[in-house]
Amino acid sequence: MNKFVKQTLLATAVTAAIVSTAVAKELVVVSWGGAYTFSQQKAYYEPYMANNPGISIINDDSSNGAIAKLRAMKEAGVVTWDLVDTVASDAILACDEGLAQEVDHDIVLAKAPDGTLPSVDFGAFLVSPCFIPEVIYSTTIGYRTDNVGSTPPTTIHDFFDLKKYPGKRSLEKKAQNNLEWALLADGVGKEEVYGILGTNEGVKRAFAKLDTIKDQVIWWEKGAQTPQLLADGEIVMGSTYNGRLFGVIHAEKQPVAMMWDWQVFDIDGWIIPKGGENEAEVMKFIKFATDTQRLADQAKYISYGPARISSAKFIGKHAVLDIDMAKHMPTAPENAGNVLLYNYEFWADNVDDLNAKFHAWLAN
Amino acid sequence: MNSSVKNSNLTEMVTADGVPLKVSLSRAKRKVKIRALLLVMPLFLFILVTFFIPIASMLFRSVDNEVVEETLHRTVPMLQGWDHTGDVIPDEKIFSALHKDFVDGYKYKTIGSVGRRLNYEKSGFSSLFRKTARKSKKFEEPYQVAFIKADKKWGDISYWRVLKRESGPSTDSYYMDALDYNYTDIGERVAKADDESIYVDLFGRTFWISFLITSICLVLAFPISYLLSILPAKSSNLLMILVLLPFWTSLLVRTSAWIVLLQQQGVINEILVWAGFLADDNRLAMIHNQTGTIIAMVHVLLPFMVLPLYSVMKTIPKSYMRAARSLGANPFTAFVRVYLPGTIPGIGAGSILVFIISIGYYITPALVGGQSGTLISNFIAYHLESSLNWGLAAALGAILLFAVFALYILYDKIVGIDNMKLG
Repeated sequence: MNKFVKQTLLATAVTAAIVSTAVAKELVVVSWGGAYTFSQQKAYYEPYMANNPGISIINDDSSNGAIAKLRAMKEAGVVTWDLVDTVASDAILACDEGLAQEVDHDIVLAKAPDGTLPSVDFGAFLVSPCFIPEVIYSTTIGYRTDNVGSTPPTTIHDFFDLKKYPGKRSLEKKAQNNLEWALLADGVGKEEVYGILGTNEGVKRAFAKLDTIKDQVIWWEKGAQTPQLLADGEIVMGSTYNGRLFGVIHAEKQPVAMMWDWQVFDIDGWIIPKGGENEAEVMKFIKFATDTQRLADQAKYISYGPARISSAKFIGKHAVLDIDMAKHMPTAPENAGNVLLYNYEFWADNVDDLNAKFHAWLAN
Repeated sequence: MNSSVKNSNLTEMVTADGVPLKVSLSRAKRKVKIRALLLVMPLFLFILVTFFIPIASMLFRSVDNEVVEETLHRTVPMLQGWDHTGDVIPDEKIFSALHKDFVDGYKYKTIGSVGRRLNYEKSGFSSLFRKTARKSKKFEEPYQVAFIKADKKWGDISYWRVLKRESGPSTDSYYMDALDYNYTDIGERVAKADDESIYVDLFGRTFWISFLITSICLVLAFPISYLLSILPAKSSNLLMILVLLPFWTSLLVRTSAWIVLLQQQGVINEILVWAGFLADDNRLAMIHNQTGTIIAMVHVLLPFMVLPLYSVMKTIPKSYMRAARSLGANPFTAFVRVYLPGTIPGIGAGSILVFIISIGYYITPALVGGQSGTLISNFIAYHLESSLNWGLAAALGAILLFAVFALYILYDKIVGIDNMKLG
């Protein structure tokens, strides 16, 4: 090949690269960062960009506090985000405040391979007209296998039993989940939990139960804390997201196991901010990203359950660890014996009041 | 100056081209003034935009309540005529106005914000508004019946009382909340019950911990700064780097390092147990509590005390102490009467810096504070980011701001703000 041809080829390649970047449309997608964003990247950002060379997905790891930022953007009149990953309770809030767009799930999202409508396939997980569910995660309890003797804890009662399992515990520094667990451990039935929590006596009863372990609890605020505390041996058991525990157990090989009893299901998914500029592109992307296969693919990288019923049978092995992922999903039958679904309506009403009480209780 | 004033009264002085000297002078001066003004303008604008406007907007937010009146613009004026002290809920006319407001509010997606706003006052408003708005389009007369059928809370007079109380364009409820007060059902202000009050104690704790941190920083920094100021340049520069090194390290790294050192299975406890000073089941709790907050924050803030102290000590001639000694003072007297007064400007500057920074600190307490080591700023961050109650966050911030102002005035009265030197 002579010099001239080489130069021409090089020049053409450079020009093509410049032109294609100039044409590529950028979608700013906000998510949680870390292992979670990685799973999204592998399962649907990269395949989507490969199929749509005109689209470039920009990651913004701002999901923590995203609603606050969205509200600020709305007030400033400049919305720079195209799609935001958030938990369901925040999606409901964003919807209330008119920060997120309402979508007709059956029109916007893809049908299941057998033709089932999205509204049926996602079913009860469609908790808000603005919310497009992605995964089911759970807040559950992990324990040190080497510090619990020959009879490992199996129920939420054991978490509150300092005699049988002495040592520090960790719980999230908020009222949600903890008050429910306290009542369940105090013998309240699943159906009655929120009814009782709605009364002053019920709240007192929950705090009284938490009082029994209060001086042994380390309160966490970031998801990484409990896994670290478990790995360091600082605590004997503690609550965190099931995906984090999977990481500690299977990737880091720490002597930790999961209890699963009364895990609290919560949903994570997308909202489309109002006022974004790339609505048409976002709609196309979201249809792809939440179809049956993509949600099943995501489970190869992180142990959160797909929000579609139809995805369950497509869940394969972990991408690196050679572990069959299906039985590590919070939704797997062997893990989902006693399960509580986070009560969105109850908490939307009581989140401020009960958290004020919770913090006052912590301080006293 | 005086003579020129007198002269101008007698005969007006003029320049060569006949312009009165006064006019010509002020013209020349104006140019200089404008130039000076233009030079400070960028800084002034910068401070205006990044400092004064945000503070003003924060103060505004802490009392702002326009969302209720704006969204329920038909209902609110009519509510003024309703007697909230009685025990009858509003009549059909008001419900009919409310219906129109709800239909509009649902259409324009504004009604949810009102529900959220009122939910801060009374739990239940959030779902009440969301649920009712969804159904409101299909309501038929009589609206009173329709509303109560949609949610029986509309028949509960206590919700109406809150709605009327919080219908004005401004509210004091955020400040009440921030000072641990609330309203009774009929609108009287009362102190909150113990199991609900948080903030007054937290303000107290914040100021106390900040004071402790400032004192510890001062005690630790004084000898270091003294050493730095008397050592020859070569070794003092090396020491200075040791002081500054943590300054250049990421805050999160330093805080995590403290966790590794101080936790119960951490380095210090391990060594103490290994050496036999501690029993294995009796390890020291040095982190996730107040102790952890104080240790980590002293470490982070120490350079802010060392630097101003050092720069002031550097300017105190060594001969002063020698002179005091030769005039008969013992070392202690010479230090207290001669050296210490000279360092007051540095102590003042360092203390103010450390105190003010620690009052607003929140990352370190959030990571190592546990429950007894969290400060008011953690709650401001919580209300900004998680609970999204910006009104309450603004009120807490405003109270903190006023408290700092009060302390500043106090400091000015006692020590004098002129008597402060940063270097």
